[in-house]
Amino acid sequence: MFGSIDPILLLASLMVAATPILLAAIGELVVERAGVLNLGVEGMMISGSVLGFVAAISTGNPWIGFLAAAVGGAGMALVFGILTQFLLSNQVATGLALTLFGLGLASLIGQGYLGVRAPAFPDWHIPLLGDIPVIGPIVFQHDPMVYVGLTIVAGVWWFLQKSRAGLVLRAVGENHEAAHALGYHVVRTRLLAIMFGGACAGLGGAYLSIVRVPTYADGLTAGAGWIALAIVVFASWKPLRLLLGAYLFGGVTVLQLNLQAAGLPLLSVLPWILVATGVIMALYKIALHRSISKSSAKAIGVTFGIAALVYFYGWMGWSFNDALWLSASPYIATIVVLVIMSAGGAPGSLGKTFHASR
Amino acid sequence: MLTLEKRPQPSQFWSYAAPLVAVVLTMIAGAALFATLGTPPIEALSKIFWEPLFGKFNFFYLPQLLVKGAPLVAIALGLSLGFKAGIWNIGAEGQYIIGALCGAAVGLAFYPMEARWLIFPLMLIAGAFGGFAWAMIPGILRVKFNTNEILVSLMLVYVAEQLLASMALGLMKNPEGMGFPGSRNLSQYASSSSWIDQGYGMHWGVVIALIAVIFAYILFSKHILGFQIKLAGQAPRAAAFSGVNPTRLVLFCLGTSGALAGLAGLTEVSGPSGLVSIDFNVGYGFTAIIVAFLGRLNPIGILLAGGLMALTYIGGDVAQSSLGLPGAAIQVFQGMLLFFLLAVDVLTNYRVRMARGATA
Repeated sequence: MFGSIDPILLLASLMVAATPILLAAIGELVVERAGVLNLGVEGMMISGSVLGFVAAISTGNPWIGFLAAAVGGAGMALVFGILTQFLLSNQVATGLALTLFGLGLASLIGQGYLGVRAPAFPDWHIPLLGDIPVIGPIVFQHDPMVYVGLTIVAGVWWFLQKSRAGLVLRAVGENHEAAHALGYHVVRTRLLAIMFGGACAGLGGAYLSIVRVPTYADGLTAGAGWIALAIVVFASWKPLRLLLGAYLFGGVTVLQLNLQAAGLPLLSVLPWILVATGVIMALYKIALHRSISKSSAKAIGVTFGIAALVYFYGWMGWSFNDALWLSASPYIATIVVLVIMSAGGAPGSLGKTFHASR
Repeated sequence: MLTLEKRPQPSQFWSYAAPLVAVVLTMIAGAALFATLGTPPIEALSKIFWEPLFGKFNFFYLPQLLVKGAPLVAIALGLSLGFKAGIWNIGAEGQYIIGALCGAAVGLAFYPMEARWLIFPLMLIAGAFGGFAWAMIPGILRVKFNTNEILVSLMLVYVAEQLLASMALGLMKNPEGMGFPGSRNLSQYASSSSWIDQGYGMHWGVVIALIAVIFAYILFSKHILGFQIKLAGQAPRAAAFSGVNPTRLVLFCLGTSGALAGLAGLTEVSGPSGLVSIDFNVGYGFTAIIVAFLGRLNPIGILLAGGLMALTYIGGDVAQSSLGLPGAAIQVFQGMLLFFLLAVDVLTNYRVRMARGATA
């Protein structure tokens, strides 16, 4: 069905495409598990992308670029942290402010670096593992940051599930009053989580400008930070499911790029992609809850309905702008995913301001 | 050690003073920023805040204040409805684009017919409807599937931008445009121009913004719906018990803000910007978020805040052309303004106290 598209190459580039969002999302996941909603991911990401890029260019070393991006992202997050934790500002408004500020800051810093190419960041060919046929090129022949991202996900999973500090962080996120009464430092825990989230978002942004593109342009992140926020919801705030979400999203991105390049008519493929999405979602829900709630059943039904409509539209031979809908597909896919996965599981104190009155 | 003590009632004084203090703090921080960029700070500030209002060429800049302020005020008013009720529409930029596209489509469809009495009102309806429909997507998804309206409305901005690009280069492209991207010029076509008097910067968007201010004022001071919006934001449980219908509230807030953004987009595209082009939108939908907060979600406040924000746009252009201040510096400046406002706002709801010994 996909003609000239090489599935091994597709799956390999899927891992690369997913990495920036994976990095930003895993950071935001920790922040939200601590009960803080930071909508500034996009702003921290684009700042990280420009800071990392500038540092990598001026030192010639991409690693220093990543370090600078992480520090810069954490610094921006600290501003958010001080405002929301000490000055008790509204988290939604402050996050938006961070994004607006970050977009401006990035284009201010980046204006002298437009069109410059980032220093090379060579792929690792992991010995032995990289030589395995099929799996080798898909999983074990990427640049080191892909594995750094996976390590962070594994680390976060371990931290949240197995460590005492992770338990405290989750307690703070579920019920900050109770955590405070038990003597845990709500504000300190949250500040650290917020800064970790900022560092991860910075890394994700730098991955875009140093590895994936690899150059800086205004609006480079193109909503990746917002998609990362959506993936945290999709993952029901669980690290391993986040991995799945990021790869699904990476898949959509890579697939649409490949379809655009291959010039395949989208209308012939789209209904089947939609049907597959619906089936996957149904199976996923059943695997999770052993049943499908009424609202997800409705959403899955709507997905099938749209698939039928699209099929009908193509069958009638009406005009259709492939480039437009392919470019918009990552955003539309995010909306579809949000609709189907609007399940609960959010931390109890998410987005609420904490003020220790006693 | 300093601690914060919650006020029983938000301070009246600080709710008015906070925006002013934030503006002053932003000017100070902005001066520092401009100095780092190698621009003389005092001169830059005077170029931004003084020159357009009282300078030699103010006859040129003052009309611009209306042109830039109107969309900001109209969009921010719509956003303020939702923000008050805890409904976060942050995709106004997308609704602005879709409103402009729908309205422009009507205008272009009738070209070159001469019947302003028919065509322009139809364009207004189409523009409002376009924005309304685009905002209904997050609205209905939130009501039916409990989907987060922040993320959906924002994703739709990117979809709208793709749609705009495709329209400007495809369907709506000017057939007589010698291959240049962009539509026919709507502002030069008498039946579709939103200009009333270009010399004074008056166009229908300004009129709509002013009418919206009046309606919003009446809504919040006299109408039960305005009370319900405030109640739902401040005490959701009390609102639920007193019979506020949350579904209706979500759809009303999102729909109204979408329609206003759509109207702003349409009047912009058929007036100041003139034609549908890839980048006719310059981020008013996002800046309006700052305007809404700076105006304290109050209609009169938003009117003033919109004027101030329009001034930073115009002054930013002045400083860019005369001092070489980068355009992005103004964006940073606007972002800082929101930061400082949110920071100073702590004094509205909390009192600073010296605490002895005890730690929080």
